[in-house]
Amino acid sequence: MGRYILNRLLWMIPVILGVLLIAFFLSSVAPGDPVDQILGADAPIEDKEAMREQLGLNDPFFVRYGRYVIGIVTRGDLGNSYKTGQPVLKEIISKFPNTFRLTVWAVLVALLIGIPLGVIAAVRQYSVVDNATMVFALFGVSVPQFWFALMMMLVFAVKLKWLPAITTGKGALGWVLPVAMVGIANVGMIARTTRSSMLEVIRQDYIRTARAKGQKEGKVIFKHALRNSLIPVAATLGNTIASSLGGSIIAESIFSVNGVGLYMLNAINGRDWPAVQGGLAFLAVVFSFVMLFIDLLYTVIDPRLKDEFNAKNKLAANRRAAKRKAREASRASAQA
Amino acid sequence: MAKLYTPAMAKIDRRKAREAKHRDPNAKSSPTREAWKRLKRNRLAIVGMIVLILIIIIAIIGPWIIPYDYTEYDYENTLAKPSAEHLMGTDNYGRDILSRLIIGTRISVPVGFLCVIAAFAIGGTLGALAAFYGGKVDMIIMRVLDIFQSVPPMLMAIAVVAVLGGGVVNLVLSIVISSLPARARIVRASILTVKRNDYIESARAMGASSGRQLVKYMLPNALGPILTSFTFSVATAILTISSLSYIGLGITEPTPEWGAMLSAGKTLIRTAPHVLLFPGLAIMITVLALNLFGDGIRDALDPRLK
Repeated sequence: MGRYILNRLLWMIPVILGVLLIAFFLSSVAPGDPVDQILGADAPIEDKEAMREQLGLNDPFFVRYGRYVIGIVTRGDLGNSYKTGQPVLKEIISKFPNTFRLTVWAVLVALLIGIPLGVIAAVRQYSVVDNATMVFALFGVSVPQFWFALMMMLVFAVKLKWLPAITTGKGALGWVLPVAMVGIANVGMIARTTRSSMLEVIRQDYIRTARAKGQKEGKVIFKHALRNSLIPVAATLGNTIASSLGGSIIAESIFSVNGVGLYMLNAINGRDWPAVQGGLAFLAVVFSFVMLFIDLLYTVIDPRLKDEFNAKNKLAANRRAAKRKAREASRASAQA
Repeated sequence: MAKLYTPAMAKIDRRKAREAKHRDPNAKSSPTREAWKRLKRNRLAIVGMIVLILIIIIAIIGPWIIPYDYTEYDYENTLAKPSAEHLMGTDNYGRDILSRLIIGTRISVPVGFLCVIAAFAIGGTLGALAAFYGGKVDMIIMRVLDIFQSVPPMLMAIAVVAVLGGGVVNLVLSIVISSLPARARIVRASILTVKRNDYIESARAMGASSGRQLVKYMLPNALGPILTSFTFSVATAILTISSLSYIGLGITEPTPEWGAMLSAGKTLIRTAPHVLLFPGLAIMITVLALNLFGDGIRDALDPRLK
């Protein structure tokens, strides 16, 4: 287990370097000259050249990339925003709690509604509840999130006036619509995954055994069946979080949530590339750590994976030993 | 959806099939034919398929059936409510919304398909190579894709399209890049399951080249899961296209792309909500049809999965 965690942690280094490379590459091919952005397009050419030299923009791509990575690692320096002149990291960190809150709530809501719905649908297969759940799930994956948000806004904010249409500064009520918007697609996905995995588990022999020995039905379902059927749900958790994070970016723009997504979209419109690059790098690195956490969590939920990993390692080690032996043998025979 | 084809129905089907064979000894049977038979019995999948075909027909004959010119401004008649004259009303420039929606099918649907075909062509090749050669090739390809997958797809698509700028080509490119790892994984997984079969072994023994083994023997047999995920991927691509256009990063006004129409109408939510209603419904119906059809294909190709 320790070896697995260490391996997984070490693998984070190339992942993060790669993610930073993607962010750096994208903003370096972005249109517009950073010097023009800072000095203004009609500054004298000599000043521009001096600035360019000072910023190191004339260096080769990988030198600039190296400097960028070193800046992040040593000083947490994601560059300064063209627009405000402030360090991008500082601005992002002040906005990240909102994005985090929205994403986490959306994932929680999806899990807390999706899993029970899936369980009920599976236990009462082909019942009204099952059909309703599946129709709802199909709706969830088919409705465009942003349109659903607009329709909710129309009904609950414009017509009924129950909920505010703008999140910032409206307290807890302001979060209802954005969380509902981001959550809806995943409720459906999770309900479907839970249902099909429950249906498979419920037909296993150990469930029949549990029932045969007179275990209470509630315990059979929640202790024996649900625990085992949660593994595929946990496997899709990464996707759920990815889509919630993506959805949050759009939700932020619809409901004016003051988060990293809105910050990035505004930066895109203002061609403020350090801010775009910083937002992308920040969210991607956070997401990589979330994925790492899920992977580790996954081995806790399903210990079989750990065994599989160890077995694979053992196999590879055996193979290496066999190869080494063969090499030595051939060398020995060559010498003889 | 999955549920319509029950084990009891499957039993009846098997009996019917047996009886049919007895009646007509020359009756042909092949996996494809069997799958089609199962698909035909799935009513929701057939509804999805019919809606899909209708949408494609509308996209083809669109310019000849639109009641009004979709670009024509009519300032006398802006934001008209739905009526006999304008079935879905008009927008803030007085353009007929129905006509614009019909022309919109000519954008969302083909672009959605294009995105997925391109993603499968590139990602699929990578996945197939990884699965076929295994070892170091597999490791390098999958690790690079791992890195790409560390950026949530929507974030990646937004970043790419932000840098490249709007327009159809850049939009397709952004969706292809963001969905590449997922497509590669699907193809890799299905090739891996096929690879161990004896007929591959015998093809190799007969001296088939690597390319021939891959294209002639593995790919056709690995097509099931790929086909299933194809329809779902088109649904996702159409949703992504409209989302990007909605936040102003994909296809923009005056092109009547559905997401762009919603984007242009979002300020009218208090005064003329009908402008927002219909484009969203159009997206939802298209995506719903694709999902129903995709569910049907999945159940038909693999009756065990339900």
